[in-house]
Order: sequence, then structure tokens, then C-alpha cells
Amino acid sequence: MSAKARERLLYLISPIGLLLAWQILLMMGLGDRRFIPAPTDIAVRFWELAASGDLAVHTSVTLYRVIAGFLIGAIPAVAIGLIMAMFNPVRIFCDPLIAAIFPIPKVALMPLLLLAFGFGDASKIALVAIAVFFPVIVNTYTGAANIDRIYWDVAKNYGASSYVMFTRVVFFGALPLIFAGLRIAVAVSFVVLVAAEFVASKSGLGYLIWNSWELLQVDYMFVGIVVIGVLGLITAVLLQELERIVVPWKAE
Amino acid sequence: MDVQRRGAGAEISRLRKEFGSGAGRVVAIEEVNLTIRPGEFVCIVGPSGCGKSTLLRILAGLDHATGGRIKVDAAGWPVANAMVFQDSGLFPWMNVEKNVAFGLMTRGVPGAEIAARVEAALRLVGLTRFRRHYPHQLSGGMRQRAAIARAFVTDPGMLLMDEPFAALDAQNRTILQGELMRIWEETGKTIIYITHSIDEALLLSERTVVMTALPGRIKEIKDIPFPHPRDVMALSASPAFGALKLDIWRILEAEVMRARAELEK
Repeated sequence: MSAKARERLLYLISPIGLLLAWQILLMMGLGDRRFIPAPTDIAVRFWELAASGDLAVHTSVTLYRVIAGFLIGAIPAVAIGLIMAMFNPVRIFCDPLIAAIFPIPKVALMPLLLLAFGFGDASKIALVAIAVFFPVIVNTYTGAANIDRIYWDVAKNYGASSYVMFTRVVFFGALPLIFAGLRIAVAVSFVVLVAAEFVASKSGLGYLIWNSWELLQVDYMFVGIVVIGVLGLITAVLLQELERIVVPWKAE
Repeated sequence: MDVQRRGAGAEISRLRKEFGSGAGRVVAIEEVNLTIRPGEFVCIVGPSGCGKSTLLRILAGLDHATGGRIKVDAAGWPVANAMVFQDSGLFPWMNVEKNVAFGLMTRGVPGAEIAARVEAALRLVGLTRFRRHYPHQLSGGMRQRAAIARAFVTDPGMLLMDEPFAALDAQNRTILQGELMRIWEETGKTIIYITHSIDEALLLSERTVVMTALPGRIKEIKDIPFPHPRDVMALSASPAFGALKLDIWRILEAEVMRARAELEK
């Protein structure tokens, strides 16, 4: 076994150990299984929910809202962040707005968004978009503003127009930090979406968790929590792979 | 050997550059007068901080002079100048080919012509096998070669080189100096080359301009009479080279000491 494979295997010790201890303690009669379900109870509920198709519905609704909100928030954030770095007046115009709105907990905007977009998907997507927008724009701007001066000099001396500067130099120079922003944004988007689904939705994993809690079906609640954890993990890994492909020069 | 000269000339008169204002004002360059002849290889040496890089940046259009003027006679050259920087300045997100093509792409040269010219430039610097490599996969010497190809491919009126080999190890530096000499002898381009090394100035240039410490002024201009083609290794071992080196060191020495005293103040 290679050293790397062994290390990966060792990584599994703590989570598996935790699950085993959890299971064994409950089987020994420590704790009430109605309130603290054992891992096996959760697994049984998982298969039930999966077989009935409910889990697929909630998961796809949540994923749709996250992905749509993420794209709607991240794409303009990258574009505006780059323009801010290139044109000082734009930065002066945007800076105070960002500074004022960035610290507001985005969940606090949910009632406002319900008013504006109603009870459907749109309000949740808008919330995710807003929550994603800020970490991405701040990182993009920082990345673009801190591009090594030599690249601006080269671009200028070699006749780059503003358009070439934007698409071939500033964008790529900012990419490593743009990805840092996207990683934060992924985590934030799950946080705000689940919170929104708690109170303002009849579908999605957040709804599944909150509804199960209200019915005191703690085992169903755990299914929702586990699925969100797995989704977060998968998106983080996908983003990391994408970064490896798109930013090959950063690796070495 | 007669070098076929094809390059732009320039006339620098009464050039002045100041940084800052009020009490923090620093005069970087003062009263610089210099005529660059078409196709000439000129080296500018001086102590650190003598404003020689500033002079080059003004010539490159990256900085503005505070006073005086530069008249570049670049008629017939589609690109007035191209600069080679000390740290190659290759874009890490482009492979060698894209980097070399950059100055053509920005100027809207058609794709087929770009391909042909990039091919020729890569052959000139011996990088054809590395066209698909990214800068981080190349050695420092190869990166500088790519940067030189990127400058030559635009067929500029003059090349501006800012200590391009200063960050290389001694052996690589010697090799690249030899190659640059060969390339200049083939192309006869006007080259203005900044260095702090007297050796390098003597090996490469036809005229060496010695600058004073802050504010940067021209102290003396020396003709370097060694014939072409030059073999940089053999030349550096010759007695004539040693004599001239001492000569220039005597001129520079006082300035280096003055710059040091200034720093220690």
C-alpha cells in the first residue's frame, strides 16, 4: 500500500470510530433512541425516504436553488470585481455600497425577499445569489488589484487594449483569489439556503429538517443533515478539481 | 563582419524625472542627453538607484518624464519598442506560444501570420520544443529566452532590456549573453540594455553609457571597439577587455561609493 493510500485510510478512522461509538453506546441503552437515533436507524430512514422518492425531490429542489443562486450571484460579482480593479471611478462608486451591505447577515433579508419575490423558488435563489455575491466580489477585486505590477507593464508595453487587459490579463491574474471566493461562497450558500428553507418553504432539505423536528421525527431530521453534509463535500471537491484544471500554474 | 542595422533611432534631450513633491521630492534623472543611432547596441551602467531603469521605463512609455523630450524616429516600424524585463514577466496562465504571440494578438495580426512569426521567433531562441510548456515548467534561462522571443516577434523599432539576465546563474547568463549577441548580429536591432555589470556592458555593447548616482546623469560615454562577431567567452578573457573594464570601473567607482555613502546616511 502506498503511503498516500495509507494516509487516506487513516483519515477514515475518526469518522468511523465516532459512528461505532455512537451505535454501541445507544445499543447498550445509554440515551433515548427516540431523541438520539443510532446510525443504523438513520440509515433505515434514509432508504425509506430514498425509496419513496421524497429525498430525491427535496435534494433536487435544494440543489437547484443553490446552483441557480450561485451562478446568478457569482458571475456578476466576478465581472464587477474585475472592472472595479481596472477603473478607479467604478471602485470609488462601489466600495461604500459593498462595505455597508457586506456585514449584514444575509438571512436578515429573507422577509424582504419574500415580499419582493413571493414564496416560491425565486426568493430563495435571490437570497443565495446575494450571499454569494459579496465574498466573490471582494475576493475578485482583491485578486485583480494585487496582480503583480509587471503584468500591467507587459500588457501596456505590448499594446493591450482595455478589453484584452480585462479578458487575458486581469481575469486570469485574479483567478486564484476568485476561486478562494467561490469556495467561501459555496459554504455560505448552503448555510443561508437551509435557514431560508426552515421558515419559508414547503420543500428542500432545510424544510425536511425543520418539518421533521416539528413532528419530532429526529431520525428523518438526521437524514437531512447528513445529505446536506454530503452535498457540501461533493461541491467542495468538484470546485477543487475545477480549480486544478483552470489554474494549472498555481499547483507548483 | 558588418551588422545589417535595421532599427529606430532616438534622441533624448534634457530629460528630467522627479518623484514625489515637497520635502519628499527625489530627482531620479537630470539633464540626460543621449542620441541612439539606428541599429545600435547601447548599454547603460550605473550604481543601484541611479535612475537607469526609470530612463528605460520612460522610453517604453510606462512612465512620464517630468521635463525634456524624447524624439523616437520609429517611422516604418509598426511597433515602436518592446521591453524585456528582469523577471521575465511571462503570463503564468499562458503557454510559451501564447506568451510569445501576445504582442501580435493585441495588435490584431491575423492568426496564420502570428503562427509563422511565433515559429520563427521560437526558433531564434531555441524554444520550439517547449511551445506548449507553461512558464512554471521552464527554467529561469528558458523563461528569459521566451521573453526575448516575445519582444523580437513584434519586430519593434527598438528593444529595451532591463537587466534581463541579472536573476540568472553565472553559466546561464554567459550562454544567454552569447545568444543575445548572435541574435543582435543577425537582426541589427536597436537595443538599449540596462545593467549594473561592467562585464556585461563591455561584452554586449558598442557604446556604454556610465551614469552617476542620484540624481542620475550621464557621466561618460565609452565606445566599445571590439569587433563582431563577438565570442563573449573569448572576449572576456582578452587583455584588451581587462584594460577597458578597469577603465570603466575607475569612472564608476566614485559613483558607487557616493551611492553607498548616500544609503548609509
